[in-house]
Amino acid sequence: MSAPTVREGRVGRRDDTRLALLFILPASIGLVVFYFWPLLRGIWLSFTSWDLLSPAEFVGLDNYRAMAADPVFWNAVRVTLLYVVINIGLQTVVALVIAVLMQRLSRSTLLRSLVLAPYLVSNVVAALVFLWILDYQLGIGNQVLEWIGLERIGFFTSEAWAIPTIAVVNVWRHMGYTALLIFAGLQAIPSTTYEAARVDGASEVRTFFGITLPLLRPILGLVLIISVIGSFQVFDTVAVTTNGGPVDASRVLQLYIYDKAFGQFDFGYASALSVAMLLILVVVTFFQYRMTRAGQTDLN
Amino acid sequence: MTETTTAPAAPTTVGVPDVQRAAAPRRRRRRPSLGRVLAWVVMILLLLVTLFPFYWMLRTALSSNGALYANSTSLLPVDFSWGGFERVFGLQSTEEAIAQGGSGASIDFWLYLRNSVVVATVVTACQVFFSAMAAYAFSRLRWRGRDAVFGVFLLSLMVPVIFTLLPNFILVRELGLIDTLLGIMLPGLFMTPFAIFFLRQFFMNVSTEVEEAALIDGASKVRVFFAIIIPMSVGPIATIAILTYIGSWNDYFWPLMVSYTDDSRVLTVALGNFNAQTPQTGPDWAGLMAATLVAALPMILLFLVFARRIVNSIGFSGIK
Repeated sequence: MSAPTVREGRVGRRDDTRLALLFILPASIGLVVFYFWPLLRGIWLSFTSWDLLSPAEFVGLDNYRAMAADPVFWNAVRVTLLYVVINIGLQTVVALVIAVLMQRLSRSTLLRSLVLAPYLVSNVVAALVFLWILDYQLGIGNQVLEWIGLERIGFFTSEAWAIPTIAVVNVWRHMGYTALLIFAGLQAIPSTTYEAARVDGASEVRTFFGITLPLLRPILGLVLIISVIGSFQVFDTVAVTTNGGPVDASRVLQLYIYDKAFGQFDFGYASALSVAMLLILVVVTFFQYRMTRAGQTDLN
Repeated sequence: MTETTTAPAAPTTVGVPDVQRAAAPRRRRRRPSLGRVLAWVVMILLLLVTLFPFYWMLRTALSSNGALYANSTSLLPVDFSWGGFERVFGLQSTEEAIAQGGSGASIDFWLYLRNSVVVATVVTACQVFFSAMAAYAFSRLRWRGRDAVFGVFLLSLMVPVIFTLLPNFILVRELGLIDTLLGIMLPGLFMTPFAIFFLRQFFMNVSTEVEEAALIDGASKVRVFFAIIIPMSVGPIATIAILTYIGSWNDYFWPLMVSYTDDSRVLTVALGNFNAQTPQTGPDWAGLMAATLVAALPMILLFLVFARRIVNSIGFSGIK
């Protein structure tokens, strides 16, 4: 992967250090100023008390102690986890279905484009459209529920439904993208393995569970890691639709961080919450990587 | 690497039906037909779920807001009207807007549209160009410490962007760039580790022969970059540029932090604002959906032009 494959001839033998430094200069500024420096600064700020106006004051572990005793924080962790489980569970299954159907039915660019369409609009657009479709009074979604004889649901206004609804909205936006990732993984499975199964008379279902799924595992692992990391960071949809409500029913971690920083100007505490988020992401990634063995392939 | 790795895979998968046909001609014709019909039914249902919200957006945007309350289920626009769009572009007087269900607050989506175009265009151009420069240094130039420095760049892939937003906001504030377009653009101007990684893969595979010929002719390495590497990598550069553009256009959280007034308001933030301002009892759904459509339309148009490239660019080969 990182092996220097460029085999340069006699002409290229000279040393390009000065030119190279010039060429990586802009990117290096971006790297240091907007990746590494904020990383260090964010961690440092989590040990301070700071309202942006007076100078930051070092308070040791106070923020973390407050966090451990903060019910809203723990609620935010719980709500975020609930969101991730629903979002990722549903999204992975639907995307897998779409990908397999696409592979079996048609490889047309048109079909794949249609499937991908929701991914092109922003989270805010997706949120607003569903706010309207699922409106309690006028939303077509609730009208349909009534037609088929069910009760109307306060999708964004009831404590029980807020998180599942937001999770589904984001499934809508991302399922096509995830399906295309999985679809790309399906293409990498050699057709000879399928032929062997067919000669043995294996059914579609058996082929799927016996061949497709196991061979797809590394790709599925990577898809999961990427989408779970993204899922934990949910903010846009919540901010636009429920803004954390009703009560704290949909106050996800990232929204709580935003509230603390920009609502209450408690940048120290908000930074400590961010560090908690960072740690969660690191731990989740690590365990997922181990569990799905995403780095290894069975295709050899 | 997307195109180079998925392309060879295509013939093998296409080959499956042929083998099937030869091995089991009867089964191919009878059994899959029912399964295939069923599969198509499921696929079409999924497509309906995928596409219905787009249609509903359009249908609502072209309705009169008042009429929506009387007839919320009609599949066609109710009492057809451009009123929603007129409110979105600030073409209605305050009284008129309030009479039709708007908030009456001044909104001008031309301005937000312009801001979004400026931000997405400048970010894409700078980010892709600077990333390409770095990718060139990491793939085709010879210098000591190259792989070590590249490793450091790879490390930044591990830093979740969301963690950097709060400290970056503080930095942008210290630079006095709050509520400016430059403030919104700044963190994204220089590079993303993914773009560098992605482009480096392609640059490494550009044939060295042309480059050597040019060098013998006395061309400099800078010239090789502009006259050979970039033209020969137009495809991947376009791919990463389109993806960057879409991402930048759709970004909400960061501009929400930085922007406070119309001067720097981009479409996503303006939409959120529009929604927050609309009357709580009896929202201006027609206006909201018109605004939503205005925000989504440029990306849909971009997609219509570049669908094939975008669709084919999605895969894992760029990362792995």
